[in-house]
Amino acid sequence: MSATKKNPVRTTRRQFLSAAAGGGAAVTAQSILPVSAAEIEGLPPEVADWSRYLGEGVDAYPYGQPSKFESHVVRRNVPWLTASVESSINFTPLHELDGIITPNGLCFERHHAGVAEVDPAEHRLMINGLVEKPLIFTMADILRFPRTNKVFFLECAANSGMEWRGAQLNGCQFTHGMVHCVMYTGVPLKLVLQEAGLKTNAKWIMPEGADAAGMNRSVPLDKALDDCLLAFKMNGEALRPEQGYPLRLVVPGWEGNMWVKWLRRIEVGDQPWHTREETSKYTDLLEDGRSRRFTWAMDCKSVITNPSPQAPLLHKGHNVLSGMAWSGRGTVERVDVSLDGGRNWRHARIDGPSFDKAVHRFYFEFDWQGEPLLLQSRAIDSTGYVQPTKDELRAVRGTNSIYHNNGVQTWHVRAGGEVENVEVS
Amino acid sequence: MSKLARSIAFAGVLALAAGPVFAGTYSLGREAAPVEVSAWDIDVRPDGQGLPEGGGTVADGEILFQERCAACHGDFGEGLDRWPVLAGGQGTLAGENPVKTIGSYWPHLSTVFDYVRRAMPFGDAQSLVPNEVYAITAYLLYLNDVVEDEDFELNKANFTSIKLENEGGFMADDRPDTPNLAKSAPCMTDCKPEVVITKRARVLDVTPDGGDEGGPAID
Ligand code: HEC
Repeated sequence: MSATKKNPVRTTRRQFLSAAAGGGAAVTAQSILPVSAAEIEGLPPEVADWSRYLGEGVDAYPYGQPSKFESHVVRRNVPWLTASVESSINFTPLHELDGIITPNGLCFERHHAGVAEVDPAEHRLMINGLVEKPLIFTMADILRFPRTNKVFFLECAANSGMEWRGAQLNGCQFTHGMVHCVMYTGVPLKLVLQEAGLKTNAKWIMPEGADAAGMNRSVPLDKALDDCLLAFKMNGEALRPEQGYPLRLVVPGWEGNMWVKWLRRIEVGDQPWHTREETSKYTDLLEDGRSRRFTWAMDCKSVITNPSPQAPLLHKGHNVLSGMAWSGRGTVERVDVSLDGGRNWRHARIDGPSFDKAVHRFYFEFDWQGEPLLLQSRAIDSTGYVQPTKDELRAVRGTNSIYHNNGVQTWHVRAGGEVENVEVS
Repeated sequence: MSKLARSIAFAGVLALAAGPVFAGTYSLGREAAPVEVSAWDIDVRPDGQGLPEGGGTVADGEILFQERCAACHGDFGEGLDRWPVLAGGQGTLAGENPVKTIGSYWPHLSTVFDYVRRAMPFGDAQSLVPNEVYAITAYLLYLNDVVEDEDFELNKANFTSIKLENEGGFMADDRPDTPNLAKSAPCMTDCKPEVVITKRARVLDVTPDGGDEGGPAID
C-alpha cells in the first residue's frame, strides 16, 4: 500500500468537470450518486496511513503551503485577452473561497509592465508639487508614522467586462474574479501629505508607480485626505510583489487601477493630469459615442460563487448556496437570491463581519431534487442602491463600456447538476 | 531639559527658521533636492505643465518609430497581432465596433507624450530622450492625420496649440444611472410572467480549457 492516497472526492469532482465539459450525460448522472463507503480506503473499519505513521516534522515548509489536495485552487489567466503576460490579468478562484478575506497568493493580478522586483532598502517615496517642502521617505520612515488596519475590497473596473455583449465565460473565476478583499496595514495618506504641507491651491494628487509602466492616475485631494492609505502589509504580512511590494496606495471603494502599486511618488497639483489610464483606458464609452470619465466608484455588485460553472451541484437534498457582495459606496445591507431567474426572490443570510467597502459573504440554504434552476443574486447597499440587471445597464450604456459591469449574474443549473453562464429574459 | 526634548526644541527652531508654513508634525523623511525631484518628475499635463525643452519632426519620428515601436504597433500604428492600435478609427465611436486610438478617442496630446515617455517602448521604458519623444509624438499625430506635413516640428512652444478631435467627447460621471429601486422595495414575488434563457456562454465557448481559443478582447 502506498503512503499517499488519492482523494476520492476530488477525483470524482474532476471526472465530473471533464465529463460536464464534454457533455457526457451518463457520467454526469452517475456522479451525483453517493459514493459507496466501502470503496474509500481509510474509512472504518480500516486505519488510514495518516493515522498510523508519523507525518512530516516542523520546518518541512518554513513558509507553509496549502494541502496538495488543494493544488487546483489557483489564479488563472485567459490567454486570448491580452498580447503579453507582462501586460495582462489573471483571476481569483472565487468558487473555491469562503468568508470575506482573500488569501494573499490568490489575489488576482493585473500588471501593465510585469511585476517590479523592488528592494525595500532602495525604495523611496517622493512627495512633490504643490507642497511646502518636497520630501523623500524611506520605507523605515513610513513605518514610523501612526498606522491603521482596514479591510477593503479591490475590484478591477474591467471585472465582468467580457460579459457586456452576453454570457461569455463559464466560471465565476473568469466572470467575476478580478476582485479580492484583504486587511491592509498602512499609514493614512493624509498624515504623509500633511508632513510635506499642502499648499492652499492643492486639489489633486497623482500617485505614480516604480514599475516599468510608471503607472499614474489623478486622484482628487478630498479622497486622498478622506480614507486613502499607504499600505505595506496585507493580511498581516508584507504585500506580495504582485500587489505592489513594498508600498501600494489603497483607494477604498474605487477602481483597482487607481491603487497604484510599487508607489514611488505622489505629485500634488491643482488639476487632473488626464493620464493614459484615465483617458484611453478606464473611461466608459456610451452608445452615442461619448464617454464618461473619472468613473471611480465601484457600484454595488454580487455573485453566487457556489454553485457556479466550476463548482457544480453534486448532491440532491440539502445544499448551501454561497456568494459574495460588495459596494464601493458603503456596506451591503441586503442580498436577495432567486432560484427561478428573477421571478421570485428570497432574502439571503449575510454572515461574518460587515465592513465599509469590503466583501460581504452571504448564504442561502435550499433543497434540490434535480430540477433545473436559474440562480441569481441581487445586492442592496447602504445608500439604497439596488444592483441592476444586465439589461438595465445596457439600456442606459449600450454594450461598449467595457468597465463597470455590475449587472446581476445568472447561472443555469441543469438536471445533472452542471452549471452554465446564461442570461435570461 | 533632556537631550531628546532639547533636540525636538532645536528642530522646532530650525523648522520655524526655514519658513513658518512647513506642516511636518512627525519630522519624518528628508527634503527632496531639486535635482532629485526633476529626475523623477516626468509627468505632463494638458496645459503643458511638465513639458521638457526640445522638439522633433514627423520625419525624425518616423525613423524612430520604425526602430523602436513598429515591431509591436505596426509600421502605421495599425497594431500587429493583439498589440494596441495607435492610429485610425475616426468616426467609429458610436458604431458597433469602436476603434479607440490616439486619433479617434484620446482627448489630449499631453497624454501621448506623458505615456510614451514613461512607459514605451514596452520593456525599455524611459529610454527615450525628450527630443525623441517629441519626434515620435509628432509622427503619431501624422499617422492620425492631425498633421500632414512631414517637416512639421512638434516642440515645447507649439505643443498646447494641437487639439485632438475627441477632446469634447467626455463627460462627468453621472452614475447611478439605473433604476434605483430600494426606496420602493424591489419586487420579491411573481416579478415576471415567464423566464427564458436568452444567451449562453457555451455558444461562444471561449473559457480556457473549454474549447477553441479566441474571443473579443477587453482592452
Ligand atoms: C514589445 C512591444 C511594444 C513595443 C516595441 C512598443 N509598444 Fe507601445 N504598447 C505595448 C503594449 C503591450 C501596450 C499596452 C500596455 C498596457 O497594458 O498598459 C502599449 C501601449 C502603447 C500606447 C497606448 C495605447 C492605448 O491605446 O492606450 C502607446 C501610445 C504606445 N504603446 C506607443 C508606443 C511607442 C511610441 C513605442 C515606441 C517608442 C512603443 N509603443 C513600443 C507594446 C509595445
